Amino acid sequence: MAIVFEKPHALSDVPLHYCPGCTHGIVHRLVAEVIDELGIEGKTVGIAPVGCSVFAYNYFNCDMIEAPHGRAPAVATGVKRALPENVVFTYQGDGDLAAIGTAETVHAATRGENITVIFINNCIYGMTGGQMAPTSLPGQVTQTTPYGRDVKTAGNPIRVCEMLSTLDGVALAQRVTVDCVKNVNIAKKAIRKAFENQIEGRGYSIVEVLSTCPTNWGMTPNEALQWLRDNMIPYYPLGVYKDVTAEGGSHHE
Amino acid sequence: MAERVLMKGNEALGEAALQAGCRHFFGYPITPQTELAAYMAKRMPKIGGTYLQAESEVAAINMVLGASSAGKRVLTSSSSPGISLKTEGISYIAGSDLPAVIVNVQRGGPGLGGIQPSQADYWQATKATGHGDFQCIVLAPSTVQEMFDLMMDAFDLADLYRTPTMILADGALGQMMEPVEVKERPKRDIPEKTWAANGHQGKRKHNVINSLYMSPYDLERLIKERFARYDVIKEKEQRAELYNMEDADIVIVAYGATSRVAKSAVKEARAKGIKAGIIRPITLWPFPNDAIQQAAKTAKHFLAVEMSMGQMVDDVRLAVNGVKPVSFLGRTGGVIPTPAEVLHEIETIAGGLK
Repeated sequence: MAIVFEKPHALSDVPLHYCPGCTHGIVHRLVAEVIDELGIEGKTVGIAPVGCSVFAYNYFNCDMIEAPHGRAPAVATGVKRALPENVVFTYQGDGDLAAIGTAETVHAATRGENITVIFINNCIYGMTGGQMAPTSLPGQVTQTTPYGRDVKTAGNPIRVCEMLSTLDGVALAQRVTVDCVKNVNIAKKAIRKAFENQIEGRGYSIVEVLSTCPTNWGMTPNEALQWLRDNMIPYYPLGVYKDVTAEGGSHHE
Repeated sequence: MAERVLMKGNEALGEAALQAGCRHFFGYPITPQTELAAYMAKRMPKIGGTYLQAESEVAAINMVLGASSAGKRVLTSSSSPGISLKTEGISYIAGSDLPAVIVNVQRGGPGLGGIQPSQADYWQATKATGHGDFQCIVLAPSTVQEMFDLMMDAFDLADLYRTPTMILADGALGQMMEPVEVKERPKRDIPEKTWAANGHQGKRKHNVINSLYMSPYDLERLIKERFARYDVIKEKEQRAELYNMEDADIVIVAYGATSRVAKSAVKEARAKGIKAGIIRPITLWPFPNDAIQQAAKTAKHFLAVEMSMGQMVDDVRLAVNGVKPVSFLGRTGGVIPTPAEVLHEIETIAGGLK
């Protein structure tokens, strides 16, 4: 019997711990598919963050390193400088990348570290039980913004791709989502490009994936996807913010 | 005889690291260790190595974590306030069983403190270089020659025991110039780094570098294994220099630059007929308990001299274990004790012994 669908080799045979309806699983799969397609599993080193995807080191079959909270870009820098012929990627959430690790993120990007960054933005701290994230939307209710995020006291959300796209070291800054088949395909192409950029030595590539957290948002998986479309995409527009390989440098969809 | 070269302490650290095969340096500028970073910035590009000025000490130590995970010899250096920032990463490095060499050219603290020599980071280096149950090997040079030699040793020890290793120097040693001679060194059998995250190339199961264990029993077992390794280090790696100890009644315990001051004082005390000697710890962790306990059998009094309010003196007391009196003399905040001050203390103790 012909096999028409199977698990990517780069994804290990360990059951994922993610909650039902969480989009981490889809993104893990896309990363693994790209690693398989490019035939780079044997020379890839992945960096897991602190947060919901902390156990990513169990889920990928390439060599993996678990970084301290927010420090994945610095750890990746150390690996890539030591092993320039290897492929190095980080997989980070919004608290990790855009709060505690903002300095590491901005400086890895501006140095043009030749690494690939997969950034999961779900507007919340999932692992610790639903606290405000740097990307939580104005008015969003979380455990630590029980009356809704008041930007006067809790500050404004941070738009990572827009910010990083101003830096010279960045080769690709693209925001995608995985709410439907069409967008999953766009996300996969972006992730593939982010890895190809590294292989071609083009510098820092980041793919921000707008993601859901049904558990901590208090929604069903379907409601969560609809909330993402209705609230997140308007605040965090999908598109390419910088692409050094595009005609004229970059464009915004 | 090998060639003797006049070197600054900080530069001797850098050259020794290069000769030990270190090709990756990550750091952040801070006085008084800057010459080491500058030396690496000058040399690394010429020999195909990496010098990277990180955005912070926190980033630098995590770059060290990355390069060490990749299986490479890697160095970072800083001074007191910067080491505080590195302690997060050092804890993760220890928890991931990674080798790394960290230099602390100590200055006065706490806070921004000062920029003059100090030994006030002894507790931090030997008891709490980060959160959790772990130890760093801590080496304390007292000459520029020893800055060179101990840096070479540090890389071997770090690799041998898969543990972070710190050179605990001070601003005086970092800045002073003395001749350095490259000596023949005993060859250590360093195991191959089969654990490195450097790409499995389809030839082995994937390697994971990690310090997270959700089962407390797994974590406890791992920490106990690590502490069994620490026991081996304590047994095999204690080092101390003994000076005038054959018949010493009064034993000065001092390390680093302070031991040089103590040596001058002991020479003068001997000239006055006082039987004083020095135990100079070269390894601060493991602390040279054996040498202290041996001395405690015959000596009458121990005096710890430090550039702090009294930190190493705790370990002297633990080693002496109440068998003999232990007292303390120290200056802090960047003040170096003078030989006259130490001599005066020795004379006072000798007067009491009569």
